[in-house]
Amino acid sequence: MLSQLARLHTRRAWIYILSLTILAVLVIPVLNRAVPKDSVFYLPDYLISLCGKFLCYALVALAMDMIWGFSGILSLGQGVFFSLGGYAMGMHLMRVMAGEGVYRSQLPDFMVFLDWKELPWYWLGFNHFWFTVLIIILVPGLLALIIGFFAFRSRIKGVYFSIITQAMTFALMLFFFRNETGFGGNNGLTDFKRILGFSLQEPAVKVGLYIISALVLLISYLLCRYITMSKLGRVLAGIRDAESRIMFSGYNTLHYKLFVFTLAAVLSGVAGALYVPQVGIINPSEMQPANSIEMAIWVAVGGRGTLVGAVIGAGLVNAAKSWFTVAFPNLWLYFLGVMFIGTTLFLPRGVVGLAAILAKKKLTGRDSLQMIDSE
Amino acid sequence: MALNGAYGHIAKKDGMVDTSHRTVLYVDGVTVSFDGFKALDDLSLYVDDGNLHCIIGPNGAGKTTLLDVITGKTRPDTGSLFYGQSIDLSKLSESEIAQAGIGRKFQKPTVFEHHTLFENLELALKCNKGVWHSLFGILTPIQRRRIAEVLETIGLTDQVDQKAGLLSHGQKQWLEIGMLLMQDPGLLLLDEPVAGMTPQEIETSANLLKSLSGERTVVVVEHDMEFVRAIAQWVTVLHEGRVLAEGKMDEVQHNPKVIEVYLGE
Repeated sequence: MLSQLARLHTRRAWIYILSLTILAVLVIPVLNRAVPKDSVFYLPDYLISLCGKFLCYALVALAMDMIWGFSGILSLGQGVFFSLGGYAMGMHLMRVMAGEGVYRSQLPDFMVFLDWKELPWYWLGFNHFWFTVLIIILVPGLLALIIGFFAFRSRIKGVYFSIITQAMTFALMLFFFRNETGFGGNNGLTDFKRILGFSLQEPAVKVGLYIISALVLLISYLLCRYITMSKLGRVLAGIRDAESRIMFSGYNTLHYKLFVFTLAAVLSGVAGALYVPQVGIINPSEMQPANSIEMAIWVAVGGRGTLVGAVIGAGLVNAAKSWFTVAFPNLWLYFLGVMFIGTTLFLPRGVVGLAAILAKKKLTGRDSLQMIDSE
Repeated sequence: MALNGAYGHIAKKDGMVDTSHRTVLYVDGVTVSFDGFKALDDLSLYVDDGNLHCIIGPNGAGKTTLLDVITGKTRPDTGSLFYGQSIDLSKLSESEIAQAGIGRKFQKPTVFEHHTLFENLELALKCNKGVWHSLFGILTPIQRRRIAEVLETIGLTDQVDQKAGLLSHGQKQWLEIGMLLMQDPGLLLLDEPVAGMTPQEIETSANLLKSLSGERTVVVVEHDMEFVRAIAQWVTVLHEGRVLAEGKMDEVQHNPKVIEVYLGE
């Protein structure tokens, strides 16, 4: 098992991964918690939350890279799976603070506001953490399985699949916007108090959530890496490059596409569930079609089909967004568009591809995609 | 085997096919129409086991449609298709037909350009093609040896770690044939395997295909008459979705109907 894990990367790449992990889960928390506030090395709390948010985005980007970068299926529904995971977590957080809302009711505030007397059946069970975890995995996974089954069985691909997933995104957004569906309408779920008994206002709890996000991202990365290094990964890339050849080689592509679509949905759902307690709110605007498209841009900017690129792309684009929306709030969307068109035209393999080209000038004859792995 | 006939579509999938009547492929009264145009019109064709069978015909004669129908890409409107005595092809999907032992090469060379030659052959290797097996399976030494053998056969041993996208057009054609061989098929269907090749490459291909027949059945769809003359043991001429003539190359060549169709083109 351990030797199999070790084979996923070269020694040099493992050292990079280890250093990054230490930086993320040890150095950054120490800089926030142990360094005095007036020191230049002190990391303010808001940056921890921001980093935690970025890690969740990176996890979605990883999922997007599996389905789009490796398998060539442009799903514009990852934002929905992300939100479903987020809503499941939000419902749990609402349930564990029953009686502490503004109205001191056992029901969430918005239900009191709507004059509901009783918890709808689909809210039952969310007071248990284990049940919530199960839902976070099952609901996005099952939705992807069902939609994927019908779409892939009918051989829907390319832009048609993108349109169908986008339509699903839009439909679910409208569904969650409605008050009577029982998910808090356009306000969504917010004002969370505690997770597993820890107060969400505590800086230490925020650091804890951040560290968990980092570890989940690391584990998910290794899982995706294992899949893409296996023959399964080569079959997926084969589906992307020459699907008919894969079919006529005896592979049932339906099963393979379902596998990767479901996996991507589950990863996105987990990302959403980690995101919600860190930002303190989930509402239907997370399901805007534009959000799902942005996720594709993260991957395109970072470099499709590289996994590392997805993580880097999510970080870069969101860092740019954080800065831009403060400095030039009106220009952000233009900038995003320019960035997307620019990468498509000039950097078809994204930032990772650019790094590879630059590295190649020094070490000639290396394959750029394997750059990070070259000894 | 008689029982198998009754339950044709659940026949065994291990690549062994019942050819007790010497015929490996039965195409019986198959019609395929697209918007009223009959690409195949009540076509019947039989392929003998171990033969190198060439199918020729002018453009639009239905050659590629015939291959589509045999490999499950297109469903026939009427007619029946049997692989050997017992496997009903009209009930199987593309991947099931491939697993049953029919390999197909496309007109345009279709290889995995971002994979190395080794990986291309590995993907085509005959083995369990399920998701879990692909995730956890590891190549056995026998399978590795098989890949090396096929690389030897197609003459690309030196390029084993090269990306397939870097191969020349002719080499891609050979790699694709190699991928078919990895499937260990009983029946190979090759759609214009020498299109775009240099005369030297064509000669190499002819030798390669001749060496394959006998043990396997090879069906070649081709435009290049020189090439067909060099390899064919049996020739079928298609015209407007029907069989115009059949026989040895010499007989077919002197058939007045064939001459008319080809000269009148």
